[in-house]
Amino acid sequence: MHDLGFDIAHLLAGGMVVVSLSLLYQDRLYALINGFALHSLVLTLAVGWQAYIQDAHHLYVTAGIALVFKTLAIPAALHRIVQRLGIHRTLEVVGGVGRNMLAGTALVALAILVMLPVTATANALAREDLAFALAVVLLGLLLMVTRQNAVGLVIGFMSLENGLVLAAAGARGMPLAVEISVAFSVLIALIVIGIFLFRIRERFDSVDMQAMDAFREERRR
Amino acid sequence: MALIIDYLVQGGQMLLILLLAPLLTGWVRTLKARLLRRRGPSLLQPYRDLIKLLRKEVVLAESASWLFRVAPYLIFAALWVAASLVPTFAGGLLFNWTADLIAIVALLGTARFFLALAGLDVGTSFGGIGSSREMMIASLAEPAMLMMVFTLSLLAGTTQLSAVAHFMLTAEVGLRVSLALALLALMMVAIAENARIPVDNPATHLELTMVHEAMVLEYSGRHLALIELAASLKLLLYLSLLACIFTPWGMAAAGDGWSAYLFGAAAYLAKLALGGFLLALFETSIAKMRVFRVDQFLSAALMLGLLGALLLFVSRSL
Amino acid sequence: MPFLFSLSMALLAVGVYAMTAARRAGCSRRVYSATLALSTVVLSAALAHLLTAPAPATLTLPIGLPWLGAHFRLDALSAFFLIVVNLGAAVASLFALGYGQHEQAPERVLPFYPAFLAGMNLVVLADDAFTFLFSWEFMSLSSWALVMAHHRESANVRAGYLYLVMACFGTLALLLAFGLLAGPQGGYDFATIRAGQTSPGLAAVVLLLALLGAGSKAGLVPLHVWLPLAHPAAPSHVSALMSGVMTKVAVYGFIRIVFDLLGEPVAWWWGGLVLALGGISAVLGVLYALMQHDLKRLLAYHTVENIGIIFIGLGLALTFQANQMYASAALALTAALFHVLNHSLFKSLLFLGTGAVLTATGERDMERLGGLIHPMPWTALAFLIGAAAISALPPLNGFVSEWLTFQAILLTPELPQWLLKFLAPAVGALLALSAALAAACFVKAFGITFLGRPRSPAAAQARETDRYSLSALFILAALCLLAGILPGLVVDGLAPVVGLLNGGAQLTAQHSQPWLTLAPVTEVKSSYNGLLVLLFMALSGVLAAVLIHRLASAAARRGPAWDCGFPDASPMTQYTAGSFAQPIRRVFGSVVFQARERVTMPPPGDGRPAKLEVKMRDPVWDAGYAPIAAAVIAVSTRFNHLQYLTIRRYLSLVFGALVLLLLGMALWR
Repeated sequence: MHDLGFDIAHLLAGGMVVVSLSLLYQDRLYALINGFALHSLVLTLAVGWQAYIQDAHHLYVTAGIALVFKTLAIPAALHRIVQRLGIHRTLEVVGGVGRNMLAGTALVALAILVMLPVTATANALAREDLAFALAVVLLGLLLMVTRQNAVGLVIGFMSLENGLVLAAAGARGMPLAVEISVAFSVLIALIVIGIFLFRIRERFDSVDMQAMDAFREERRR
Repeated sequence: MALIIDYLVQGGQMLLILLLAPLLTGWVRTLKARLLRRRGPSLLQPYRDLIKLLRKEVVLAESASWLFRVAPYLIFAALWVAASLVPTFAGGLLFNWTADLIAIVALLGTARFFLALAGLDVGTSFGGIGSSREMMIASLAEPAMLMMVFTLSLLAGTTQLSAVAHFMLTAEVGLRVSLALALLALMMVAIAENARIPVDNPATHLELTMVHEAMVLEYSGRHLALIELAASLKLLLYLSLLACIFTPWGMAAAGDGWSAYLFGAAAYLAKLALGGFLLALFETSIAKMRVFRVDQFLSAALMLGLLGALLLFVSRSL
Repeated sequence: MPFLFSLSMALLAVGVYAMTAARRAGCSRRVYSATLALSTVVLSAALAHLLTAPAPATLTLPIGLPWLGAHFRLDALSAFFLIVVNLGAAVASLFALGYGQHEQAPERVLPFYPAFLAGMNLVVLADDAFTFLFSWEFMSLSSWALVMAHHRESANVRAGYLYLVMACFGTLALLLAFGLLAGPQGGYDFATIRAGQTSPGLAAVVLLLALLGAGSKAGLVPLHVWLPLAHPAAPSHVSALMSGVMTKVAVYGFIRIVFDLLGEPVAWWWGGLVLALGGISAVLGVLYALMQHDLKRLLAYHTVENIGIIFIGLGLALTFQANQMYASAALALTAALFHVLNHSLFKSLLFLGTGAVLTATGERDMERLGGLIHPMPWTALAFLIGAAAISALPPLNGFVSEWLTFQAILLTPELPQWLLKFLAPAVGALLALSAALAAACFVKAFGITFLGRPRSPAAAQARETDRYSLSALFILAALCLLAGILPGLVVDGLAPVVGLLNGGAQLTAQHSQPWLTLAPVTEVKSSYNGLLVLLFMALSGVLAAVLIHRLASAAARRGPAWDCGFPDASPMTQYTAGSFAQPIRRVFGSVVFQARERVTMPPPGDGRPAKLEVKMRDPVWDAGYAPIAAAVIAVSTRFNHLQYLTIRRYLSLVFGALVLLLLGMALWR
């Protein structure tokens, strides 16, 4: 239980949870994007380490994809989108930072509470990995729910996907084909979202969700 | 005979930290100045400041009471006792079982209680600002520190600092997420409690930006000297705590002999110097937060501590 | 045992005497001296019983219900709570020897005060359900009479009304609990209940009813609403007794029912529920207290926090007992009982100090006090010791019980249930938060009341209180210090009580530890030595003072305050209670109480003053009591129609009821 392999895997998966929690704390757009880049970097290290101790070479490719696309390419693209759109640098956080952090901690506890008893038969490493991965997924959802800016929503979605990759890597790896298709679909989704953001910005002069609510057909009083 | 030696070693440790504290403050100040491309004061300047202040006459406000005069001695006593309970060059000294981590946190609370009262004593608005903000910061920093203590004692099985340090030296610990979270929480609390940027500016006297300085605004002469010395001791305490718990290598065990003690002392000085350097680096690279961002900063520390404790509770059963 | 019972009857006799002689000069002195003497005697007898630990003594009298009689019993638990009750009563009586001279309406206070004491003693001594409930109601009613002593103020009338409603609700819950425990045979005496067995389902219901009944009297959230209204309304020595002692009698009731009568806890969730309620009470209580600027209301809300801490200890003990971890349960029980003793000491001290301030200035509102440390230095010193003790500062006693509770929480990872594994660190965080907030609360209470400059003429013209009040205050302060530096002796004194409740398992004896250290669980190697901490601090402080005064400088002179170069002569520029609590109100209150501030600033040139409005809502009242009150009023308005029916309608109502009963009989056969 206390061998170095388990410890480092544990540390990296826990590090992803901590970075997800720190994403909840950010309220500046650049800090959020950089935090996401850090999140993907830790994912790269975690998946790479899993590849090393499981001796599964296709996981190295997954790690490489995470590094190239999610740590370097997508944050750079998001930086450029933010610059081109000239979006407000500060994000409005729904619900207050303190409450979000509390909810985040409660979600981590919930994920652990659910996952650990369910996977009682698996080995310790896989159990902890799955519990942390579920925590990252839930925190990504919380991030999506508590941000009003569209770029914040995108980052929440991406961090959720990172959690799924962590889960898949921990559970004895996944086939390369699936990973490539997932990566491509993510890329396409990002392009579509980017196009949408430009269109929305052109029409409404802002990408703030609350402002857009006012234009809906059925007015809610 | 052995008992006398033990007493001497314990007394020596208490004297050592008392003498080192102003040096540490001077080291941090000089480093910050150098990082800002200034020459900065000499390393021994805090000693000169203290001696100057001790010799001056105290000016008491007309509305100050006996509590105002007694508080500096109480604050100094509480902080000195708390600081001498943290193992520095050797663990397991004579009186290390007098108080454990929780008691050290509570002694810090005693010092803060009397400092806040002293701030309110003269009846000016600055004192009130300082005391009310200090109590708000404390209401979040103390629980964060206690959660960190929980996490540590869950790992080590005890709250006694020497035993915790000894446990950290053994190989059973491994790299654990909870330890990293506890380290992060302790560093955030240390910054808040020592009135360092980004929580408070130790070098300012503008009312919008000060917490600690506002409380001691009315103090002068020997009282101010004691309070400054107590603040330096607090910084030393936190750095020693970080060194003893998270980097315990080099620390001698009780009864190891003089060479081990000297080696431990050298290691301790090196750790303090490194800690001071990192603190100076951090302070010069970040701006001060608004007062009402501090609670977000500290609740993040509290959450980290809670998360660390939760993860440990859980992984014990794996 | 008959001796103790006759002493309680003697207290009642004093009450009867006071009823006849209240208006005469010197009656107040006589009554309070009598209660002081009687309480001291009961205290010594109970102390002797606890320390020598003989077998429990019982007494049965042929009064009360014909087939039941009245049973009384003195065992270790009763002895401990008798000590707590009578210590508080003796010190309050000593205080009242001086304070009672200022009473405007002695005939409304003097008869009921000894009756209140007698009621509390009898509750602790009772050994069957009827005697217990009778004494409980007697205690409630006499304290209600004391709350209504100054009935001309409408706030007191409302407080008394709410108190009566909550007391009735509590007694109803306890009545149902005892009914369930007695079973269909109707064995109401505790010996029969102890010997019998209750099914797990019934036991759970009894626990819930005991929590409702005893919890409402003790002040657990959400049943605490009467506490901050009723405790301040009574005269100060009675407030001290209600907050410091009567709440402990409620805790006694809970312990007696759950730990003694119910026996082994069957389900693990019992402890979890008590633990969660305790944690919530601790934090909510201190947050409420921080928002108050009336000294007595602040102290009453703070009692809620301390009761929460006691229930955290009791909840931990229940969870450990349910999992057969008796050694850990012993630690948790010791922590809870130590806090019972500590709270009665420092809360009484603080309330009595407030009474002294009230007598000296006529004000309870902190916004109109200030600078009292100059005219009242001794009261200020005693209040400071109480404030430091309640903020859990070493080397005083509050820290010891908090330390023991934290050590008990550190033993919870051994518990097997998952939910408890998450609940325990969360409750630990809540406990730590409440301790830190309590320190903030008492910096505010002491600082705004005693320090600074006087904010009103009443505060400027205060004078020191009389020597009876001062001696009462200093006795309590000395006890706080002693319990803090000799905790091992207290823990050893508590050992027979813990053994009684824990099936024999106790903590290791502490008096044999080196230097009187407290080291409850030896495997864990955690220890605390209050005496040495005090010695070290005293030595360091004195050494620093002596060396500096000799070698450096001892000169001092007075001058105006520096105030950054802008001194303002008006005392209105200093911080008030509301402004001191503003940062905490903004951080915590905006979430819990939906606190909102609004500043109305008239335009420049306009001579009107600016206005700052702070709006807060009480979440417990809005979520719980207001809907219940609205529902009760709605239902009663509906039922009001029954008053105005025609004769034909009344007859059809009777007819319908008869038909329904016959139908029921037919179906049930």
